[in-house]
Amino acid sequence: MVIIKRRKFLQLGSLATASFMVPKFLKAFEKVDRVPPGNKVMVILQLSGGNDGLNTVIPVRNDIYYRERPRLGIERTKVLSLTDEVGLHPALAGLKELYDDGSLGILNNVGYPNPDRSHFRSMDIWQTGSGSDEYITTGWVGRYLDAQCHGCDKPTYALEIDDVLSLALKGEYAKAIAMKDPKRLFGTSNEKFFKDVLKNHKNDGEETVDYLYKTMSETLSSANYIYEQSRAHPSTAEYPKTELGNGLKTIASLIFSEINTKVYYISLGSFDTHVNQQAQQQRLFTELSDAVKAFSKDLKANNRFDDVLVFTFSEFGRRVSQNASGGTDHGTANNMFLIGGALKQKGIINPMPDLNDLSEGDLKYQIDFKTVYATVLKNWLDADDTAILGKKYEHLSFC
Amino acid sequence: MSLSNQLKNQHLLWRAGFGPAVEQLDNLNKTSPQSLYKALQKGSSKKPQYLQAADNYLQGLMIGIQDVGRLQKQEMTPEQRKELQKKSREGIKSLNLYWIKEMVNSDAQLTEKMSLFWHGHFACRNLNVFFQQQLLDVIRQNALGNFRDLLHEVSRSGAMLNFLNNNQNRKDHPNENFAREVMELFTMGRGNYTEHDVKEAARAFTGWGANARGEFVFRKFQHDDASKTVLGKTGNFDGDDVLDVLLEQKQTAKHITQKTYRYFVNENIDEKKTQWLTDRFYKSDYNIGKLMEDIFTSDWFYDEKNIGCRIKSPIELLVGIQRMLPMKLENEEAVLLLQRVLGQILFYPPNVAGWPGGKTWIDSSTLMMRMRIPQLINDNDEFNVRPKDDDDQMMGRPDEMKKLGKVGRPINAEVDWSEYVNFYNKVPREQLMNDMAGFLLQTKKAVGAEIISEYTDNSSKENFIKTATIQIMSTPEYQLC
Repeated sequence: MVIIKRRKFLQLGSLATASFMVPKFLKAFEKVDRVPPGNKVMVILQLSGGNDGLNTVIPVRNDIYYRERPRLGIERTKVLSLTDEVGLHPALAGLKELYDDGSLGILNNVGYPNPDRSHFRSMDIWQTGSGSDEYITTGWVGRYLDAQCHGCDKPTYALEIDDVLSLALKGEYAKAIAMKDPKRLFGTSNEKFFKDVLKNHKNDGEETVDYLYKTMSETLSSANYIYEQSRAHPSTAEYPKTELGNGLKTIASLIFSEINTKVYYISLGSFDTHVNQQAQQQRLFTELSDAVKAFSKDLKANNRFDDVLVFTFSEFGRRVSQNASGGTDHGTANNMFLIGGALKQKGIINPMPDLNDLSEGDLKYQIDFKTVYATVLKNWLDADDTAILGKKYEHLSFC
Repeated sequence: MSLSNQLKNQHLLWRAGFGPAVEQLDNLNKTSPQSLYKALQKGSSKKPQYLQAADNYLQGLMIGIQDVGRLQKQEMTPEQRKELQKKSREGIKSLNLYWIKEMVNSDAQLTEKMSLFWHGHFACRNLNVFFQQQLLDVIRQNALGNFRDLLHEVSRSGAMLNFLNNNQNRKDHPNENFAREVMELFTMGRGNYTEHDVKEAARAFTGWGANARGEFVFRKFQHDDASKTVLGKTGNFDGDDVLDVLLEQKQTAKHITQKTYRYFVNENIDEKKTQWLTDRFYKSDYNIGKLMEDIFTSDWFYDEKNIGCRIKSPIELLVGIQRMLPMKLENEEAVLLLQRVLGQILFYPPNVAGWPGGKTWIDSSTLMMRMRIPQLINDNDEFNVRPKDDDDQMMGRPDEMKKLGKVGRPINAEVDWSEYVNFYNKVPREQLMNDMAGFLLQTKKAVGAEIISEYTDNSSKENFIKTATIQIMSTPEYQLC
């Protein structure tokens, strides 16, 4: 169990021997390195709607790119140049800084065989970690939760910053908690009526009734726990006043606390740019870049950046050619950003898409997204990736 | 201990329909489940009315496109196409609300409930309202009829053929999606056929397609009319032949019966009972009405272990509340918003496998939301939950639905309490709580009366009845039926 590991860390730390005996109120003084380094956390940032990867990481020397996108292609002089061949979308200044800093990795051509172009279905495939011909009712993080949290009373190993819980975080036995704001979650679940109802219940063998009460009890105790932790060491940094900014600030505050959460999940959207792509992508990328920049800065200032791995994904990329409405239609393979202070591979990790080798106008995938999952599960979270994904996948070496 | 007729009747009404309606309260302890089931059958004996959601404008646009000649969407101007998509999305919303109204108000409870079951079985996402209303009609017309007819008609529907890419299934370039799902999900279930069977079946479905109006089209020149072998049978099969080969397999009857049992009786299969049902279902040549009668008139259906053990789906929950508490919603789309945050939007199943149901309905967010709905309806609470984006629905446009979920916006329902309050008027006050819990809950033990009483308005009998009802509906127990 990870909780035990954390206690072990505390024992080993410099203040550790003392800290066991120090009354709780005094612990508040140990501000720096409260949570010892090595306590790894993963943040999954979902770009909903199918982000156009080709206008995100731009092949600035590629004639096919400019030929297929006479209106949408971003000129070489406008991009944020990474290498002679590759640039970032102009709105991603925060990510460019991370790149310069050695804290950004880019995986190109991530996808899966027989890609599906329906948002819902493809998101399902990404969130469950299934093949395109299977239907799985649990999410991959949910199954991680099942493995880590069997029988634990607070399913806070994974948290989603949202009102509604994504399939990705639903396991067979354990489901993560979704909340936008710890305080609001605390407020709604602390309605006296619910507490009284819960207090009054005694399990007496009606399986589904007990199941509902178990969920209710976990929700209420998690709500208290999350709220308490969110107030222990709230982030004092400046974040942009956007939804993603607020969400990442909440995550940072929790990372600075002693909460047992290993995985955070948050979404930004909609990247479904069939029409007028330029304005929409510009707006969303600005929100993304500013929020991620503030988040990384905050983590660095608190010595936690090396313990955090952020990755982005989208359910699919978009077609290579622009459409007639200033946008792009649903495509296939896409790029992923990896962000963190302890990346083992940085920069542009694998080759850019080969626009000479398309499948009916779409990019061909080179990396199965499930190998990315396998890698973070095994190398970052120290979990049994084969059991969680139901199959053995190759491990990449970015972490 | 023998169970009361009232409890059994409620059990029947929740499973064979969407729960007791306020006007049925008076009769619940006066009738037997047997006669109540007869009444349910009678209520469902009429042919359901076609639910027409596409408005005149959309119909006109559609006919206009047909007149131009070719039916493909590509022939439209971008403006026409955009307008059509928008109208179509609105149409599907209306269709959703029309159907919900039928579920709430119709006497054909059995038909509508069975249709909801098939709606999940033949799960189909399609943004074309014509396709959707057609498929819904096929399902409602055949919901209690013959599964053979239902399967054939669904397989020939534009909605399903398009959703499962059979328009791209051509001789020499087969697309196996349709054939695979027909075997895996609609008939036999996984593990009962080989990959080779799927390939061969896919060849039989080549040339099956639909036009823009959803009418079945057989494209002779795309059809592979050579010999195929499916599940040991060989012939120059077309799609209909393959469906009949699948129906000949008793495994199909077994698969459907088990799914029915899990949905209507108990998630935990009783092998002996499902075997008995399977035998009879197969022998009756897939008569659905008879299968349901076998279930709902069996003694074991009313066993204590089968009562109150099922987690209501969001639709069952929302419709059930409205049947007991008739209400007018200021903004009907609130029902759509609730479907969305609770995880079941009609016409938008998660995938072709339908809603997995059971415990998957419940997580911390949905459970807390469910328990707050009665308060929302009663105006005591603010709605401050926002649904997730649905990019398949929105196609990159801003989501009007999200405005509904703005912080602090109540649902504004006007509940017509008169009949409900009237029914309890003759009940002595000290007995009220027990009676109400008895009518509202299916679980063995209700949440304690003392606790509910702490949260009621005792200023008048009427206020007590109203507030106690809302509180009872706000418990975990009310999520079950």
